[in-house]
Amino acid sequence: MSRLFEFRFIILAPAIFFILLIGLYPFVNLLITSFQNITMFADDTSYSGFIHYERLFQDGRFWGAVMRTLLFTLVALPIQIALGLGMAFLFLNKMPFKQVLIAIILLPTVISPIVAGSTWRLMFDNRFGPINQILGWITGTDVELLWTVNLDLVWPAILVADVWQWTPFMFLLLLTALSGVDEEQLEAASIDGASKFRIFRLIILPAIMPVMAVAILIRGLDLVRLFDIVWTMTQGGPGTHTETISVYAYQVAFREFDVSYSAAFALIIIVVLTILVLGFLRLVEVER
Amino acid sequence: MSAAGSKNNTRKRLALGIICAVVFFFPIYWLAAISVKTPDEIFAYPPVWLPKSIDLNNYYVLFRDGDVWTVFNSLVTAGISTVIAMVLGTFAAYSIARYKTGGPNFSMWIISQRMVPTICIAFPVFLLFVSLKLVDTYIGLILLYTAFNLPYVIWMMRGYIQDVPIELEQSAYIDGLGRFQVILKVVFPMVRAGLFATAVFTFIFAWNDFLFALILTRSDVTTYPVQVTGYFGSQSTFWGKIGAMSMLGMLPMFFVVATMQKYIVRGMSMGAVKG
Repeated sequence: MSRLFEFRFIILAPAIFFILLIGLYPFVNLLITSFQNITMFADDTSYSGFIHYERLFQDGRFWGAVMRTLLFTLVALPIQIALGLGMAFLFLNKMPFKQVLIAIILLPTVISPIVAGSTWRLMFDNRFGPINQILGWITGTDVELLWTVNLDLVWPAILVADVWQWTPFMFLLLLTALSGVDEEQLEAASIDGASKFRIFRLIILPAIMPVMAVAILIRGLDLVRLFDIVWTMTQGGPGTHTETISVYAYQVAFREFDVSYSAAFALIIIVVLTILVLGFLRLVEVER
Repeated sequence: MSAAGSKNNTRKRLALGIICAVVFFFPIYWLAAISVKTPDEIFAYPPVWLPKSIDLNNYYVLFRDGDVWTVFNSLVTAGISTVIAMVLGTFAAYSIARYKTGGPNFSMWIISQRMVPTICIAFPVFLLFVSLKLVDTYIGLILLYTAFNLPYVIWMMRGYIQDVPIELEQSAYIDGLGRFQVILKVVFPMVRAGLFATAVFTFIFAWNDFLFALILTRSDVTTYPVQVTGYFGSQSTFWGKIGAMSMLGMLPMFFVVATMQKYIVRGMSMGAVKG
């Protein structure tokens, strides 16, 4: 064994030891537990086959959570990209107080999602929050909408909170990407008389696509595990109306102590997400 | 485009930019205002937009009842785990960046640990910590935050170290420095800014964490986000305390956006976008 070989592993080993704590142990545990039958009342560690996986496929509450989470992701992500892109164009060129304004806009993105959720629960409070009051000024009548209780309003309320917190993230990444677009190419295209839309589609969009892909991946993964904002605003309620994958997984594991079932649940989510991420990465690679 | 038109355009963009800033800042203002309102003002209908005076009673109550201890707990767990993760992670990153230890698949495996939803690994970790008697202890939370942030630190520092010209290290070897000395005296000074930025983000991730703290703390080491959610009661909600505690938790973030803008892009995009 050469000394170089030793050195490179000695400086790597402590970190890997820690990572295995979350990177290996839980998976082994989940895999084993999911084929046993441990619940709050039973501690049956004999092999019980795929019963929990079968149950998962028949669990309406599980599929409801999956559909809600995916739908929310598919709605929230494009909104955040569109708003972020619009703001990035706005701040692209020189303007007074640019850095100060950007700093203020970035604040929501770095605060705790718990604080963001609490803030918006406050904002949406039917009596003491300013949202209903502002709506009242616009409509000219007293508005007393129950944002976190009314079935039609609770998802829009969560959407507003999430868009508020994460649009600045998109904005910052896209602003950086836009500042890297080749100016000469843009000028040449506009001299050639290309329309603004064509310039965007044929020059700007391909140039910012790699950054956009990163942003979509990071935000997409965050949205799929959405928990904190929902937890503070509704705890998944009313009923299971805002129950996301993470919220339901939390209930199964830490409220019902349905251990084996929660293990199968977690493993399926991890496997499906891994496949989706790898697929996405391959897609991005191919396009490049 | 004429000069006048361009000036006009700048004004228009500035106006829109200010509107954006106001919209994004308003909820934070509202929270700050709540934290200095009297109970009468908090529960006034219609809501009070500008508190008549700055009433610090909500903060005073947090200090008096010892709730502010949770901010201290956040500081301890996030702070110590950041230091450990930075030290171990930077050396690991050096091994991966310079010796290509494990190859590209190994790097991908490391960063993929950051993509697994927290809740999916939460229960096995909880069981492990129960059997090790680490639930509701500083050590338990510090261990977990260190493990959770290490992939991020390794990934980021790998990028910063790769940016250092290798010739510098080679000439240091020729000057007779040992491997550790090269890392400490040549590489670390070169990546100082990256180290600092990565440490700040590592701290933020631990500081802002809710789910791990919710699961692994009971009373002794409760962190501030868990404490904030504790103020939402089924009977009454303590808005004043929520406001004050949230403001305390937000303080480090004002510093971050004011001084770290240059690094935010790279820090938050996992190094994929270099600002």
